[in-house]
Amino acid sequence: MVSTGHDHDHTTPPSDAELRVKALESLLVERQFVEAAALDEIVEAYETRIGPRNGAAVMARAWLDPVYKARLLAGAQESTAAIKELGFSGTQGEDIAVVENTPAVHNMIVCTLCSCYPWPTLGLPPLWYKSGPYRSRAVIDPRGVLKELGLDIPADKEVRVWDSTAEVRYMVLPERPAGTDGWTEPQLMELITRDSMIGTGLPKLIRAEPGS
Amino acid sequence: MNGIHDMGGMHGFGKIQYSAEEPPFHERWEGRMFAILATVTGLGLMNIDEWRHGQERMNPVQYLSVSYYEHWLHSVVDLLDRKSILSVGDLEARMAEIKASEA
Repeated sequence: MVSTGHDHDHTTPPSDAELRVKALESLLVERQFVEAAALDEIVEAYETRIGPRNGAAVMARAWLDPVYKARLLAGAQESTAAIKELGFSGTQGEDIAVVENTPAVHNMIVCTLCSCYPWPTLGLPPLWYKSGPYRSRAVIDPRGVLKELGLDIPADKEVRVWDSTAEVRYMVLPERPAGTDGWTEPQLMELITRDSMIGTGLPKLIRAEPGS
Repeated sequence: MNGIHDMGGMHGFGKIQYSAEEPPFHERWEGRMFAILATVTGLGLMNIDEWRHGQERMNPVQYLSVSYYEHWLHSVVDLLDRKSILSVGDLEARMAEIKASEA
């Protein structure tokens, strides 16, 4: 049942999980562990403000600034600090390492044990990332997984899979598309997709203008 | 711990159910669950590691059958009960009250 945003639908009984969470919230509020308004704010933050646009800003900066890019690739401690300087830090982003796609290497990220993901820069992970098919196969058949997701990596290109942990999260620095010389940071950001930073996709291609 | 959650390398899960874009919470209760977990760990009622372990300790059949945020729910409820902060009995009593009031 899709939530309409109302507390409950009179025509369909709430699912067990919905009822359980409602009861849990009710008791935690009553016992003064949580406040409903504070919960609202957390939900709103992750529904509206914390998402892959943050990561796109990091990657666009790296494309334009070689010093910033070097910091991103210098290990989790340095990259986390560099990411924080752009305003992105906090829960599930305490240690974010960045790995670079090159003509020789394609990187992809998974969390086989649960759903670890760099929330401050990519938001909350999509359902497919957290589910059995991806978690199980990314580490044994990455090329097959990528192909299934529409990405054909040439056989002579190395594929590296990074299994996230409770301690370290990963992001992929995608290759900058050709034909973007002189582009501004906001323009470059538009090309950088969530999937390109997970490694299950590429940045948007530049389409030639009609007649050019 | 060699539990069901340790999925890397397992066979048989089938096709990836990919979607290009989706809201972070598919149902309203998922958002509430997310925020509750953030709050109870922020308060120090439980830490993230023991909460993660609570999911790993789920019955394997249950782990594979329920939706993602139901894993979160299971572990939070279990830990609050084990730590004598909020009993499963109280939770189920409240569930019955809510159900009766909405009937």
